[in-house]
Amino acid sequence: MTETTKKTGVSRRTLLKSTAGLAGLAAGSGAITGFPYVMSAEPKVLRYLGTAVNEGDDISKQCLKDTGIKIEYITATTDDVTKRVMTQPNSFDVLDTEYFSLKKLVPSGNILALDAKKIKEFDNITPVFTKGETPGGKKIGSQGTAPWKVLYLEGKDSKTFSKTATEFVTLIPTVYNADTLGIRPDLIKRPINSWSELLNPEFKGKASILNIPSIGIMDAAMVVEATGKYKYADKGNMTKEEIDLTMKVMTEAKKAGQFRAFWKDFNESVNLMASGETVIQSMWSPAVTKVRSMGIACTFQPLKEGYRSWASGFCVSKGVSGPKLDWAYEFVNWFLSGYAGAYLNRQGYYSAVLSTAKANMEPYEWAYWMEGKPAEKDIKAPDGSLLEKAGAVRDGGSYEDRMGAVACWNAVMDENDYMVRKWNEFIAA
Amino acid sequence: MDTSEDILQQASPDLVRGSDKARPAKAARLSPSFISWLQAGPMMLVFLAFFLIPLVFVVIVSFWDYNEYQLLPAFSGRGYTDTFEGCIAQLPDLCTIAKTYLKTLKLCFLVWAITLFIGFWVAYFLAFHVKSKTWQMGLSLLCTIPFWTSNVIRMIAWIPLLGRNGLVNSGLMKIGLVNQPVEWLLFSEFSVVLALVHLFTFFMVVPIFNSMIRIDKSLIEAAYDAGATGLQTLLNVIIPLAKPGIVIGSIFVITIVMGDFITIGVMGGQQIAAAGKIIETRVNALQFPAAAANAVILLVITFLIITMMSRIVDIKKEL
Repeated sequence: MTETTKKTGVSRRTLLKSTAGLAGLAAGSGAITGFPYVMSAEPKVLRYLGTAVNEGDDISKQCLKDTGIKIEYITATTDDVTKRVMTQPNSFDVLDTEYFSLKKLVPSGNILALDAKKIKEFDNITPVFTKGETPGGKKIGSQGTAPWKVLYLEGKDSKTFSKTATEFVTLIPTVYNADTLGIRPDLIKRPINSWSELLNPEFKGKASILNIPSIGIMDAAMVVEATGKYKYADKGNMTKEEIDLTMKVMTEAKKAGQFRAFWKDFNESVNLMASGETVIQSMWSPAVTKVRSMGIACTFQPLKEGYRSWASGFCVSKGVSGPKLDWAYEFVNWFLSGYAGAYLNRQGYYSAVLSTAKANMEPYEWAYWMEGKPAEKDIKAPDGSLLEKAGAVRDGGSYEDRMGAVACWNAVMDENDYMVRKWNEFIAA
Repeated sequence: MDTSEDILQQASPDLVRGSDKARPAKAARLSPSFISWLQAGPMMLVFLAFFLIPLVFVVIVSFWDYNEYQLLPAFSGRGYTDTFEGCIAQLPDLCTIAKTYLKTLKLCFLVWAITLFIGFWVAYFLAFHVKSKTWQMGLSLLCTIPFWTSNVIRMIAWIPLLGRNGLVNSGLMKIGLVNQPVEWLLFSEFSVVLALVHLFTFFMVVPIFNSMIRIDKSLIEAAYDAGATGLQTLLNVIIPLAKPGIVIGSIFVITIVMGDFITIGVMGGQQIAAAGKIIETRVNALQFPAAAANAVILLVITFLIITMMSRIVDIKKEL
């Protein structure tokens, strides 16, 4: 080497510098196998559009370390994600969105179904998604846009969902959870076990519900059914009359001053609960955890009518092809390979592939989060902060108990347009 | 633009010949009217590109049809009819949409009246009571300090103050004025108006101050010499001369409040809907034509209010 250098007149210093640069580039791109490859490789970058649920610095850093793929997060609310897919499909590569959005996304033709055969862990994905039952065999409620109803497409470019398993998967599942009401046990001071408590006049001016129509109406329907006023054929796909009835019940409660406020994002729900403005409200699991980590008692209360569930997953933009598509598959495969799953499990969500997540968690963590057992040691959040002291038990118990008690899924109804208008009227009433 | 330039080119040689025959034809390019156009040009282009053209699109889209996931570019009044669905059947009861617009107008009126009152006196103090120019500058800069933080923060700061367990309530309970927390302090029309006044009074202060500072002090002296009382001077001299500032400030506040949905949402606990909120929800549901239709309705209402105001004061003349 030195000989060559002398001949070409390049000083040793410069050579060292450039070699170091190349080595750095090689390490950065994750390709440390061959010199010529590095010269031709472009940086592996994927633009990742999604809600903040799956988006964590730790996940992107680990991904870069393991695969050399740099993830650029584009964070938006669920509604905005959908809008973006409709209006700017070229502004992202990987899409992380919820199953219920598919009824809008698939007909738009702006997303590309992934090939199940290229997903290594596809056969290990929890039967919650593929069969609608828990690993233990409990049947899960299928009202609403249950993931297994919209998981497969008939063909590669098809715009119709397939009832049977095919190669073409709309969204590769990543994360899901079972939602219920959050309560302040210190301010309520009695057991709560039904969705109907949300409209109990006892909590007048201290209740709240989320102001995202497609989710809020599901919670409202759970309440209406719990009060025994009406039984829906499918809470996730109401008729106009059913929508009117549901909104009438809610509007009457609102006019009677039942609600303190409505919330639209995570932090709003945390603030309402932590400040004591509300004592009972629809809530998300990590929001409950957040309130608890502020030292305020808050329970993600299991209710006898069951949970309202949601699930999200990955697909790619229609415009993605060539090496970028390969990276997308590589990224999805990496995501299902364990690190991210364990990370999500530790936040109180569930990962799609249980076996790989388990392999990446300590046995005591797995026992606490997934088996509903009392924590053997202190439970830490992914960032290292203390979530629960040893001895605590997860609200709602094990994976089997929680996912097995799901009554319905977040949905987009056939009458969605009408529902949104009625919801607006409820908010304005 | 093209037409105006054509007109200009046709018109300018005559102009030049009329004014100065000795000048060569080339100088026609620098005629006063051309310079005026040149000066106004950039602003016109910006106005055209970022206001007029988008506005035309909004109006066009408001007459399109739509479904769950796309716009259908076919003429349809659905955006408008959907908005007012069931309103006639419900008469004489007002439908929600009408109530929402009325509520928006009501909030707008309250905020306008309060900001005008406060803004006028703040500007009055700055313009007539603060004698030194340095202090005037200093104090008006002081007014801008709240604007160093974001709107959202200034708004959210009210929440811990007014909440059920907030500072005001715990203070009231401690001095024994009330024994139960006052609930209407937060998530009510009161808190909405309070936050909006807090946010937007400054938009009244600046234009009014600007008008007042230009009032010739000798006019006030003359009024005093002629034996006018303080009130008469205020009503007959200061207010008429400050009118342009009052109208400009009012236009600022009214247009902002009519379109606001974030402050109303946060401070109203999402329970008070405003016209802007309807648009937001429509957009979120991907019902762009309906959102556009509501935007057009809102624009027309705001435009009517502003037209009424400029009937009262001819801003062009006053400036």
